[in-house]
Amino acid sequence: MKFGVIVFPGSNCDHDAYHVISKHVGQPVDFVWHRDTDLSSYDAVIIPGGFSYGDYLRAGALARFSPVMNSVKQFAAEGKLVLGICNGFQILCEAGLLPGALIRNRDLHFVCEHVNVRVESTNTPFTNELKQGSVLRMPIAHAEGNYVCDDAALAELQREDRIIFRYCEPDGRLSNEANPNGSRDNIAGICNRERNVMGLMPHPERACEDLLGSSDGRIVFSSLAGILAAAA
Amino acid sequence: MKAKVYVTLKPSVLDPQGKAIKHSVELLGYQGISDIRQGKYFEIAIDGSLNEEQARESATRMAREVLSNPIIEDFLVEIEA
Repeated sequence: MKFGVIVFPGSNCDHDAYHVISKHVGQPVDFVWHRDTDLSSYDAVIIPGGFSYGDYLRAGALARFSPVMNSVKQFAAEGKLVLGICNGFQILCEAGLLPGALIRNRDLHFVCEHVNVRVESTNTPFTNELKQGSVLRMPIAHAEGNYVCDDAALAELQREDRIIFRYCEPDGRLSNEANPNGSRDNIAGICNRERNVMGLMPHPERACEDLLGSSDGRIVFSSLAGILAAAA
Repeated sequence: MKAKVYVTLKPSVLDPQGKAIKHSVELLGYQGISDIRQGKYFEIAIDGSLNEEQARESATRMAREVLSNPIIEDFLVEIEA
């Protein structure tokens, strides 16, 4: 199995993602420059965090016009796995691969802290090794993480079990106080209808070593690797 | 010729920046303000190769595909000769 980490001008979590795949998952991984269009050798691609194109216009808005994004759309349509983290989540929404949008945080601040998220669905290739209802501690670092969508889109996400992570208290309770950015329904991560594309604002790749405060994020990557190994 | 594109948040989308601006101007003593919403404004210079109708068509398409995100924003296009 082989992973690709897409690199846009302004991506800054690309090396973290690369590190986790090579060191913790122990699988081959390449950086893929945003002007490249050939993803045929990959089984999964990660769209990493950062500030692609300086967040000009809207976060993630300009990255979606990079040549690689047409290939990512094709890749996703073939059922291959796409994980968007933070800016990657914003890009997937702008590109229409995930519903909704991420707007300015409720309190306007850039929020950089560890948060708790509850695992709402284990029915994805990214969360199948997690326990339903368990609480993960992962860092967030964003100013535009406030998830919005209309009532119909929210109802669809709920009905189809596509809300994957929600911000919560350490004991798993949902509350307004535990919601760091004002996201609708405390949404921290969602997947597409086919469940092969997931986006989330927290950074699992920065939560893979106890030395960094949490290793809860590792299971996201081991879930992915487990699914790919089983399919091979 | 110039195309002017105004992009505004849909009424249903909360605008925390607009709220903070309203709070600040009220601190300065401005009264009678019931709401402030922040938006974006684009000026697109059009060269002589397009007529007014083509310019409007092009700017409208640009506004829909790039300048706004239809999930959260509305837009308005004006052409200035």
